[in-house]
Amino acid sequence: MEPDLPLTPSQTAGPFFSMGLNQSENEGRLASPLGNEITGEGEAISIAGRVIDGNGDPVPDALIEIRQADASGNFRNPDFFGLARSHTGENLEAKFSFRTIKPGAATELEAPYISVAVYMRGLLTHVYTRLYFSDESSANEKDALLNQVPETRQHTLIAQHDESQGIYEFDIHMQGKNETVFFQL
Amino acid sequence: MPKIDLHQHPPYFYADYKSSHSRGPNQDPIDFSCLTALNPSEVVAEFAGGLRNRFAVGDLDHDLIRNAQQGGIPLGERMVISGQVLNQWGKPESGVLIEVWQANASGRYAHKDDGHDVPLDPNFIGVGRCITDKEGRYRFYTIKPGAYPWKNHPNAWRPQHIHFSLISESIADRLVTQMYFPGDPLLDYDPIFDAVPDSAKEHLISTFDLSVTEADFALGYHFDIVLAGANATPVDPEHG
Ligand SMILES: [Fe+2]
Repeated sequence: MEPDLPLTPSQTAGPFFSMGLNQSENEGRLASPLGNEITGEGEAISIAGRVIDGNGDPVPDALIEIRQADASGNFRNPDFFGLARSHTGENLEAKFSFRTIKPGAATELEAPYISVAVYMRGLLTHVYTRLYFSDESSANEKDALLNQVPETRQHTLIAQHDESQGIYEFDIHMQGKNETVFFQL
Repeated sequence: MPKIDLHQHPPYFYADYKSSHSRGPNQDPIDFSCLTALNPSEVVAEFAGGLRNRFAVGDLDHDLIRNAQQGGIPLGERMVISGQVLNQWGKPESGVLIEVWQANASGRYAHKDDGHDVPLDPNFIGVGRCITDKEGRYRFYTIKPGAYPWKNHPNAWRPQHIHFSLISESIADRLVTQMYFPGDPLLDYDPIFDAVPDSAKEHLISTFDLSVTEADFALGYHFDIVLAGANATPVDPEHG
């Protein structure tokens, strides 16, 4: 069945989205219902990273949204809300950051992962990528989607666990030799 | 699962829009259908539902004329925007979180990085949100935003616009866009608007509507929004 109605086209989020979309802005007035934390049972983790443009410069005005399953790989747990937002304008390092719990794998064909959407000035239509975990290498090897990605580019989807800081580092490269893999849904 | 038709959206690279040159990806996105053919949609993060009706908004969040007053009334032309959110099969989308942000009547955002040399309005922030009702309808009260200059090219001005973000059932339905106004002469000179395929441009322009206009109070505009939502019946994988 073909869709009947044409979609409303996308437009860039522009440079000032944070006042409308991020909880950290406007000194708490009219605060967004979406912050950068996901809470639930499971292993607490932190994720941080930067968005790098084609000139190799960090982007200070990018919006990142993440969506994930709970610790048992379930997306339909009514007591778990697996959606959060961060942006890179909150600090001088131009880093986004999340506090969440490590998701479980949803099926036997998959590794644990987090879905990531990226929006910014200069991006007319947002892009989707995924974050996998460096300390899940045997699960990553059998993951159905990672296996569709050319081997030379798989590393762009794997967040590196920095054990000394307890953080998963995940940089998103918009262009260049390490351009992150994006997906067409 | 429906496939998102990227041809209805603007491209990642658009020559006249300078910041797309270094920020839009160069490589083609990798097709996701290998995975969605293996898994039912509810076990794929991108298509997993459960986001509808999960947000609470404040009583005045939809009323930008009143939601930031500090003992005065915001300056500018008062307006009402109303419309319906549908999916591409024509089904109304209820329980959708709509978030808006915009410049004030002078063309300045209440954002620390907006250096345009026109006044802020102490009674206006330009941030609002609401949830669509059972028929997918929404309504915002606000001030018509001013046009403002930007650095893309010499003497560049953005047409008057309001930024919209919508969260419906899953993140595959996500839309961030901008609503424009009928008859704005700046639309002919704006590379962000111009990047939209010609056949789709009209879907970003609101219409003036006397039936939405409130007598002695505010001008009415109508703006419907169509999202890439899931079909009610399964999509034929050969043609979906
Ligand atoms: Fe804007």
